[in-house]
Amino acid sequence: MTTHTPLDPNKKLDIESILEGLENYHPRRKGWTWREVPDNGIDMGPFHYRNMSKPLKNSLGLPASKYFDHIDPQPECVVTTEIASGRFEDDIRRMRMAAWNGADHIMVIRTTGQSHIDGLLEGTPEGVGGVPITRKQIRASRKACDLIEDEVGRPINFHSYVSGVAGPEVAVLFSEEGINGAHQDPQYNVLYRNVNMYRSFVDAAEAKKVMAGAKIFQIDGAHNANATAKAGWLVMPELMVQHGINCAFSVAVGMEKDLIGLSTVPPNAPPAPKLWYDLPYAVALRDFFSDFKMRAQQNTRYIEADIEEAIRTHTIDTLISMLTSADIQSTITPDEGRNVPWHYNNIRGIQTVKQTWSALDGIKELLSINHEGPLGQLVRDLKIRAVAFLEEVIETGGYFAAVEKGFFVDSAKYPERSGDGIARDGKGGVGADSIVIRDPNYYAPVCDHFGENHLPEKTLHACDLIDGCTLCKPEKIVYIDELDPEDSCNKRLEATYPYRKGGKVKPEAEWSGDGTILTQFFVPLTEEFAGAYGIEMAKKLGLEDPQVVNIEIMQPAEGCFIEVKGKIPFDVDIKSLKVPEKEVILPEEELREAVKKIGLKVVAATVGEDEHSVGLREILDIKHGGIEKYGVKYHYLGTSVPVSKLIDAAIETGAQAILISTIISHNDTHRLQMKKLADLCIERGVRDQLVLIAGGTQVNREMAKETGLDATFGRGTKGIHVVNAMVKALRARGKL
Amino acid sequence: MTTNRIDNFEKRKIELEKLSDDELKECFWDLCNQVVEPIVDLARTHTSPSIERSVLLRMGIDSITAHAVVDRVLEAGLLGKGAGHVVLEVSKMKKCNLQAAARAICDEKDILNGLSI
Repeated sequence: MTTHTPLDPNKKLDIESILEGLENYHPRRKGWTWREVPDNGIDMGPFHYRNMSKPLKNSLGLPASKYFDHIDPQPECVVTTEIASGRFEDDIRRMRMAAWNGADHIMVIRTTGQSHIDGLLEGTPEGVGGVPITRKQIRASRKACDLIEDEVGRPINFHSYVSGVAGPEVAVLFSEEGINGAHQDPQYNVLYRNVNMYRSFVDAAEAKKVMAGAKIFQIDGAHNANATAKAGWLVMPELMVQHGINCAFSVAVGMEKDLIGLSTVPPNAPPAPKLWYDLPYAVALRDFFSDFKMRAQQNTRYIEADIEEAIRTHTIDTLISMLTSADIQSTITPDEGRNVPWHYNNIRGIQTVKQTWSALDGIKELLSINHEGPLGQLVRDLKIRAVAFLEEVIETGGYFAAVEKGFFVDSAKYPERSGDGIARDGKGGVGADSIVIRDPNYYAPVCDHFGENHLPEKTLHACDLIDGCTLCKPEKIVYIDELDPEDSCNKRLEATYPYRKGGKVKPEAEWSGDGTILTQFFVPLTEEFAGAYGIEMAKKLGLEDPQVVNIEIMQPAEGCFIEVKGKIPFDVDIKSLKVPEKEVILPEEELREAVKKIGLKVVAATVGEDEHSVGLREILDIKHGGIEKYGVKYHYLGTSVPVSKLIDAAIETGAQAILISTIISHNDTHRLQMKKLADLCIERGVRDQLVLIAGGTQVNREMAKETGLDATFGRGTKGIHVVNAMVKALRARGKL
Repeated sequence: MTTNRIDNFEKRKIELEKLSDDELKECFWDLCNQVVEPIVDLARTHTSPSIERSVLLRMGIDSITAHAVVDRVLEAGLLGKGAGHVVLEVSKMKKCNLQAAARAICDEKDILNGLSI
């Protein structure tokens, strides 16, 4: 096992140090990990939760968690996020953000076309729509996940894909490198990747056996049927058949049922009456597949460019998971309908699940599904159609014959046929004619090998013949670093160095320094003109490569909501950024004591012709946590009070401070009033006796100096800030 | 044809309606197992270039060499013996380790012709 220096939550991941020593890195564990779920629920903050798992050591709660002691309840199910930037060095930073927000299953999407590559890739070339999955990429990512899981305090399941024409090799790679979960479904290769059907299944048996040996959790590929079929909500009987075939095949080649997951998606989306389709399907599936695990995916078929629409559909998808069951709740980035997912949209997807799961915690104790009536009939109907489908497959001559006849991914509801199913020829496809019959003396001297293996006599353990295979002796694994130094992470890291470690800043959506930003606005134009305007406006703002990613008509003539992305061409130097020094607030007890000691009294009013008193009342009144709460006595003189009258009142009452509120900033009125207060106090010879404080929506902390006051406050100020400022000013003058 | 299929479904449905929920579930899994049985047999008795490369990886041979070895073994008509088996035989014949045997299969053109397995 490799040891690491723990991550500092306030420091960025150091990619260069993760890449160091990879040749000697081996995973600290193999196999899948579920969350720890206490039987009696969990108490967090003011609440008791019924369906939550052990909380994290370091995490970020939902925005509203600030009202609830910053609690961050973690659903009982494993939560997935899919990451696919095309550069693993950027992926791993996103993994850390995702883990902090509650993901513990991180799926890395492969680069386009990897499933047709006949063999393993090596090194760290750049990918398209995903990363090239290689030993180096996995090692670096797994090593980063080790650090991140220690930081957040929960194991991370790292996941990728065992499909295509190199399935068995990929499975061995995954087993050797400690991948925890993987998609594996030979039907996916056949239907969607046009891999030869015989090759696909022969390879799958070996791949599954290897995965079983490393306790890698398997997810199937059936959900692709409702992402592909024209009417995704009608293919439900077929989906059950596809799940059934992969499950039965997996068990037959040696996988344990509790490491087999169904990839299932609620197939419909609003404005369809979603529940009438998705709930019966979810119930039927969980009845038939009660021995297996459910990986509930969110719907991708009907995602459009509108992020909020996707999030709303995904909320309902999560509700269906909670009404039925989900061992793993997957999340889809809500921007999938318009671009390769961006960093913060992974987080939004995770938040959708976290928010729904907290809100609906314990829902099954409060509500139950009504199996009587229409639901029961709908469930039964789906089951009967699925069984009849299988009967017809067998009558047709078996699985391969059924595929040749286009049984699968037909968009009609079985037994209806639209004739648009995906038919494959057994003699065709990638890798056709490539399987070879095993000879009577065939053998393979390694572990986790499936099928006939005629090892020499007296061989007790297959890999004894070679003194141990890589699965038993990881030191035998051969690590290849890079094949093409020009297309490698080292080259890319050189280019992004200024943005990672060199003090330059650019915003980013996918990659370090990509400079991508999104603008959102309403424009009072018709749809055609709105798009053209969006591009023109972005150009004038100086954005490069502007693209309209979303237009929604608010009313055909009145105008559109529009979103335009683009890249900013400039860097900002971190050193040039002026961050106001953070004011240290003294402890409440200390403030109370100081106030009591001096008998702190203030006079307060809004000044000039200003009737806005709400803000000032909040600073004063005990009800709003104002200065009164800390023992300060105040005289409120009202609104539109002349500054001179305030000074008179302070002198008369023996107050130590004057608080003025000034909202109106027209013609710099607020600044003038503040200066006037300071000047008049000097003129009257009382400046040293009085602490002068002003506040208002257009006021900021920097104005104190220019106006000659002791402290000035803007939006978001609380009573404690004002008390703190008064105590500090009085101490500075030696009066406390 | 289509009408026949629909008619057949209606007939199947009448029979299936008679089953209890548990029986229907049992029937589903019986059928799934029937469907996969011949495929499992196919997999048990066949191998593929990817399977053999995966065997070589497990024997400590790098991915690039494994690819070349399997291509040679396939050309020599020996994939049905198992690529791992072939590499092991070559290592015995040449009295060298597995990695050297794998390299020899890539570099020495006729080496597999002289192999009797």
